Amino acid sequence: MGITFRKETFRDDFTFKNSPEHIRRFPFPFHEDAYMYAVNIEPHVVGPKGSVLENLIDVDEHYVAEMQDRALVLAEDPLRCQSLPHMTLAGWDLLELLMEQQALGYPEHFTLSRDGDRWRWINRPLGIDDTFTFGDTSTLPYGPMEYITRQSQGDFCILDQRDGNLWMDAGMVTTQADWSLDFDIGMNFFEWHAPVPLAHEKGIFVRALKFLTNIQQGKPARRLNWTMTINPRLDTSPENYHKWGPDRTTVTPENVGDKVHLRVELQSFWRLPRSNGIVFPIRCYLIKMDELVTQPKWARRLHRVIRDLPDELANYKGLTRYRPTLVEWLSKLDDGSPTSPGFGPD
Amino acid sequence: MSTGTTKLDVIVSDVVPVNELVTRFHFRRRDGQLLPTFSGGAHVVVEMRDGERTRLNPYSLMGSPLDTREYTISVRRDDVGRGGSLFMHRSVRPGLEMVISYPVNLFSLDLRARKHLMLAGGIGITPFMAQTAQLAAEGGNFELHYTCRTASLGTYADVLRERYDRRIRLYHDDRDERIELDRLLSTQPLGTHLYVCGPSGMIGWVRDRAAALGWPSETVHFEHFAAPQPGLPFDVTLAVSGKTIRVDEQQSLLEAIEAAGVDPPYLCRGGVCGQCETNVVSYDGKFIHNDHWLSEEDHRSGCKIMPCVSRFEGRSLVLER
Repeated sequence: MGITFRKETFRDDFTFKNSPEHIRRFPFPFHEDAYMYAVNIEPHVVGPKGSVLENLIDVDEHYVAEMQDRALVLAEDPLRCQSLPHMTLAGWDLLELLMEQQALGYPEHFTLSRDGDRWRWINRPLGIDDTFTFGDTSTLPYGPMEYITRQSQGDFCILDQRDGNLWMDAGMVTTQADWSLDFDIGMNFFEWHAPVPLAHEKGIFVRALKFLTNIQQGKPARRLNWTMTINPRLDTSPENYHKWGPDRTTVTPENVGDKVHLRVELQSFWRLPRSNGIVFPIRCYLIKMDELVTQPKWARRLHRVIRDLPDELANYKGLTRYRPTLVEWLSKLDDGSPTSPGFGPD
Repeated sequence: MSTGTTKLDVIVSDVVPVNELVTRFHFRRRDGQLLPTFSGGAHVVVEMRDGERTRLNPYSLMGSPLDTREYTISVRRDDVGRGGSLFMHRSVRPGLEMVISYPVNLFSLDLRARKHLMLAGGIGITPFMAQTAQLAAEGGNFELHYTCRTASLGTYADVLRERYDRRIRLYHDDRDERIELDRLLSTQPLGTHLYVCGPSGMIGWVRDRAAALGWPSETVHFEHFAAPQPGLPFDVTLAVSGKTIRVDEQQSLLEAIEAAGVDPPYLCRGGVCGQCETNVVSYDGKFIHNDHWLSEEDHRSGCKIMPCVSRFEGRSLVLER
């Protein structure tokens, strides 16, 4: 019963791998043979068994290794976790949400029991058994947001809602695709999206903000985003660009399958009940090309998407340097036959 | 109804007359579970099944957000309104099964505030009941100024005084007591946020004076209690769904659209959230705009209407619904 947690690394020797079951459940983000921005938001409801949507907060075989990697990042750079003073209540909201969802989805690994404000949280994979008073920060070893996000896969941004805008006022961000919480903290929705090309012209952010500020309690929403990463690094932050940026020059026709990873973010949006804020979990899934192309439909489709991607987008996603090598490698797996509609493998 | 928020099946657990105009209603979940947590300032939409007619009215939650065993709302009887409050007063009894929405907060506290200065008029006190409970539990700094017609109509004034003592100031119209607004607004510490809920005239007055005295608009928060007003019946053609409907005297345009089986999105049903904004295809007549969402320019253009609170008088109206 339960998940077998892998022992693996996201740095140095890069032993990260997906098991065959995890390859099949990978959230492949392309439903057709081309990609362009769209407001691809849908209700965050439970999906099919065996998919990453089986539970609204997904825990997988990489859980323990990801939490160890997060602890390493935080030890080097504590500013990856920040919470402005007015966001503590939202931190408690998030603690409740993540404990409830993880205990609900994985009772063999997590248990939450409550007696009024007196809560007991058991996290078996990480060997934690803590009793604390909900709402009293002095009863936890960290602030509520940091405490629970050291035990939850994915990055978390907590957005304060005021003046008809959303403000990046708290977060735990260690598995990011080249953006920095320390840089964005305190910014509003338009400020932190300013670097994204093309989407402003399409009015996407105005519509997205209108949607997000109307997210209601009990009705979370989600979308997928994607990029590519060389080597299975969770922490591709601007702060550590000197460590991962040069990786992009190391891609050769011989090592594409092992080095190049599709990086998919499952982003969800939840209204927090006490603070009236929004939490935005950004869950990162990695898969190397060798694993991805075990599903022939995904291989054909990814070839067509990367080949036809507009240059601005390829540049923004940092693919420009190795795109020709990748497209050439993928082209050998694309016989030109049609792909079936939808995301899943055939 | 497919749109709006998630619904909660509740049972009326208590009905308590508070004074000659106001009655309090308590709701619990039918399945015995706790209700969802909420934040001070949130409202729920109560569905009232009154014979053939369904009304959906928003009411602020006034209990403590720390206690989710039950929700409480207070309803002021409006003898010349569309009948929602009369239905609540006359027909809702303990044991009645009702449906309410999940809580929605369009009048949220700004948690950055160093101090929360609250101004309430009449039944506008209800969102402050929850907000003061929330702030008091966290040791928050607040002060509430509450205007009512007479002491006996000062709904919950006694409760508030007992709970918060000198943090509550009362003003009675019949004793000619008035908030010294300019002095109050000029003597607040830096970082104070202002909240006002009450009649339209009071909200307008407070917002105007705050602006004149240099308060940044981001620090001034207000909630209009704009109930839909009754009016002359009128006919509407819904172009997208191909239906022609009649809006009765006591019905809102939104309710009439819903009764015809068309479900526009909504949240507040009080003309502030913008969800049910509807494009006008053509019209011959006069709009009666009662919302706080559309700009004056939108109102003049004849291109848009908020069907939750606004009406129409004239020969024909075609909407993009």
